[in-house]
Amino acid sequence: MAVLMDPFDALSGLQQALEAFRESEWLTAGLSGRGAYPPLNVFRKGDDFIVVAEVPGVQKSDLEIQVKSNTLRLAGVKSVSYPDKPSLHRRERLAGRFDRTVSLPVEIDADGVKAECRDGVLALWLPRAERDKPKSIPVA
Amino acid sequence: MAETHELAVRDKKELVSKEEKTVPARYYVPYADIYETGDALSVVMEMAGVTKDNVSVALENDVLRVEGQIDFAKYDGMEPVYTEYNIGHYARSFTLSNKIDQEKISAQLEDGVLTLRLPKAKQAQARRIAIG
Repeated sequence: MAVLMDPFDALSGLQQALEAFRESEWLTAGLSGRGAYPPLNVFRKGDDFIVVAEVPGVQKSDLEIQVKSNTLRLAGVKSVSYPDKPSLHRRERLAGRFDRTVSLPVEIDADGVKAECRDGVLALWLPRAERDKPKSIPVA
Repeated sequence: MAETHELAVRDKKELVSKEEKTVPARYYVPYADIYETGDALSVVMEMAGVTKDNVSVALENDVLRVEGQIDFAKYDGMEPVYTEYNIGHYARSFTLSNKIDQEKISAQLEDGVLTLRLPKAKQAQARRIAIG
């Protein structure tokens, strides 16, 4: 019997998978850089890695991304603005600077990195460096 | 402005709703700023990953309900190796103390930030009374 695919079950499954990899040993803090903002999620797709961060309210022009061998640096400014003389009822959104550096356990091909920031979600495609990829050795 | 200090990391707040959802997925509460100007109330909410077509705003009996759905199909074929936050749809509601002109509510979504402008109904606006 065909089982109907429920999209909400799929989300629930994804949420459980994300929970299972909470703060694994995979990513380590870099030597330079300060702070832990923005929180990152790292995924593997084939040989490559995808780093995703939620940065609502951060404009593309206020983001700075650097990659060197296995180190990734994310820096920028998140600003929150109000009109003149508002009466503030609730203020929960935070503004400030961030500068985070992390070390990946794999070498990255810095020239092949692609970054995209859409709807407040930053995604970085990090192709694994060719020299770092595992080679299969045929048995003679 | 406040932009000189460093941003702290806050855990996303999970929604604890009065009514239970029929689906098991988790919802999150978006961080919000609410401010009032002379003629309108503005509600600004951070909903990373939500697109224009996936926002619903409803105002009924002075309760403003906002829901934003994320497109998680983008995560297809991606295998997590390290995570620091979870993802999910967003929902939040507020009881408004102002009378709002429902017809004139406008919404704008930019970089994952939803801005709702709720113009006050005419009778709710402060009026200057001239003394004769």
